[in-house]
Amino acid sequence: MSKTRDAILRRLRDNRPTDQPLPSPYRKPLGWDSEQRIASFTERMRAVRGDVYRTTPADWARTAAKLCEERGLKQALVGHGPIADQFVADASDSVDIRRYAQPVEEWKPTLFRAVDVAVTGCRAGLAESGSLVLWPDRNEPRLMSLVPPVHIAVLDATRLYENFAEMLAVEQWAAGGMPTNALLISGPSKTADIEQTLAYGIHGPKSLITLIVE
Amino acid sequence: MNQTEAFHERIDEALHNDQMRRNFRSALSGIQAKREQQFPDDAQLQALREQARAVRANALVKQPELLEQLEAKLTENGIRVHWAENPEQANQIIADILDAATAKTVVKGKSMVSEETGLNTYLEQRGIEVVESDLGEFIIQLAEEPPSHIVAPAIHKNRQEVAQLFHRFYPDLPYTEDINQLTETARQILRDKFAHADAGISGVNFAVAETGTLCLVENEGNGRLSTTAPRVHIAITGIEKVVEKLSDVPPLLEILTKSATGQPITTYFNMISRPRQAGELDGPQAVHLVLLDNGRTRIKVDEQLLDTLRCIRCGTCINYCPVYVQLGGHAYGTVYPGPIGIALEPQRLGIDQVGSLTSACTLCGACGQVCPVEIPLPKLINRLRAEAVNAGREASPLIGRGALRNKTEATSWKLWRLVYANAFVYRLFALAATRLRWLTPKKLGGWTRYRSAPKPAKRTLNELARQKGFRSE
Ligand code: SF4
Repeated sequence: MSKTRDAILRRLRDNRPTDQPLPSPYRKPLGWDSEQRIASFTERMRAVRGDVYRTTPADWARTAAKLCEERGLKQALVGHGPIADQFVADASDSVDIRRYAQPVEEWKPTLFRAVDVAVTGCRAGLAESGSLVLWPDRNEPRLMSLVPPVHIAVLDATRLYENFAEMLAVEQWAAGGMPTNALLISGPSKTADIEQTLAYGIHGPKSLITLIVE
Repeated sequence: MNQTEAFHERIDEALHNDQMRRNFRSALSGIQAKREQQFPDDAQLQALREQARAVRANALVKQPELLEQLEAKLTENGIRVHWAENPEQANQIIADILDAATAKTVVKGKSMVSEETGLNTYLEQRGIEVVESDLGEFIIQLAEEPPSHIVAPAIHKNRQEVAQLFHRFYPDLPYTEDINQLTETARQILRDKFAHADAGISGVNFAVAETGTLCLVENEGNGRLSTTAPRVHIAITGIEKVVEKLSDVPPLLEILTKSATGQPITTYFNMISRPRQAGELDGPQAVHLVLLDNGRTRIKVDEQLLDTLRCIRCGTCINYCPVYVQLGGHAYGTVYPGPIGIALEPQRLGIDQVGSLTSACTLCGACGQVCPVEIPLPKLINRLRAEAVNAGREASPLIGRGALRNKTEATSWKLWRLVYANAFVYRLFALAATRLRWLTPKKLGGWTRYRSAPKPAKRTLNELARQKGFRSE
């Protein structure tokens, strides 16, 4: 196939346009303080039917457990690390908790059928678009925020950026190397494929709950 | 049947399908309203468009180096890169990957490039089950139809039609015309597919050279499931989708989602940089990227046509096109419909194949005004029209130039010019046209197919003006 590659690249080189535009780095500073960021995040997230609660480091796990109880979510999935440990410590009386501990191939049918809710942390949040930023890893695998019908995400309020451009600039993602998978998640799964009418919960979570920890 | 006749036949069919035209009208006016809400400030919109244009144009200038950098980065990250000249090669590459992985079932996210290559049919003929997992794509796969729009593939169907389709294929599930219920039905059917598929296939919205990252934009989560749950992920994209830096992505993402569907951002923005790493518990064990040319390097030969390649496939030009709303996507008979289709397809496939498409444009300019990367679509379409009937232009890379030149038409324009160039002949002609107006034929070819024939006035404008006392020579 390298013959094809070389032929394509050669044609591109032979036909290089002369006009050379230089995009300036894109920034969109809004000058929002913490309260404005939380307000904007909450408003945007609620506009797409995401739930948002403000809570504290000591209380978030009990808040999450209460939400599970209220909504009849019995089987909860957690990964490893501080978020998982605190949820296990504070919530194991009210929900059945399972740890994501084996490769997905070994328990796919259970993951797809029996889990009601997953609890994960997140790397950051984006205020302007109401997005959660996730870098799933070996502690919190990728399918946790996708397969169970409910996803509870714990967001540290100090990690709420104004927007995507600000986050990339401050955190220097490109320089630090990208993870296997990075995600922006803005609300529960939805579609508008039938008559342009919004319907929620098509393939991913039907509800997305953000706990903002302050 | 030649391409023009075939096109007219499809147009005829579309114009007689009132239900479909109602579906289009209501869907498109809704999308337009949502988009306009996202851009309350015109100065901001123009600044963002300029930024997006510059990012795309810059990437096209540096394209060969960026593709090399992308390949090197992806390879370093553990993603295999494949190059394909044409659809056959691309399909072959994908089939070989699936064979090597003994993959028999595939879940697929939406990909217009795979429509270009006819991938589904190709794989199915080799005994591989391919399930489209985007709801719109799933619907048209059941209906055995191609997409009618590049962003909303099932836009031409209303809820009753979808309900009947589901009922035909899944008679055991309760019949419903409720959109939420229909969505739930699709969820149930497709969940099972995600859990069992051997491989996932997706498109790519932006490929970042700097980091070796494949970016995917979607709302449903089917794209994430297709690229995460199966053990193999194959992405396919046109070579023009590469961008230079990760910091180029935020403005493109913003203007793409706001333009395409009127959302400030989509539910999921998925950035994939490597396959599953040691110790990770899910994600595909192997990730492949297929880079397809399929005529794109030829477009690059010409600085004016090059603008076409800035396209980010948002579909906005389609949503605003007054011709598309009357015809729908299928009438065009090509993978890409609407203004971008008219500009792209004759370049990709040749004027001699699909040049007639250029006639499906009123040059109203709406598409050029909304395009987020400022592609001068009306200018491109006009140029293609000229080249369709005139092979004389110098140094043009277009295939099939002059293919639509029609002797009768060319002769009548020549006569027209003669008449207008000679004052005496012109006056004679005007006199004949007005005094002999009763001789005007009732049928005037294509014109009278959907309209009544025009009749010349009793007196020429010149005569009327003179009667009113105007004098000028
Ligand atoms: S031509 Fe412009 S408006 Fe049309 S799909 Fe491409 S980017 Fe969007």
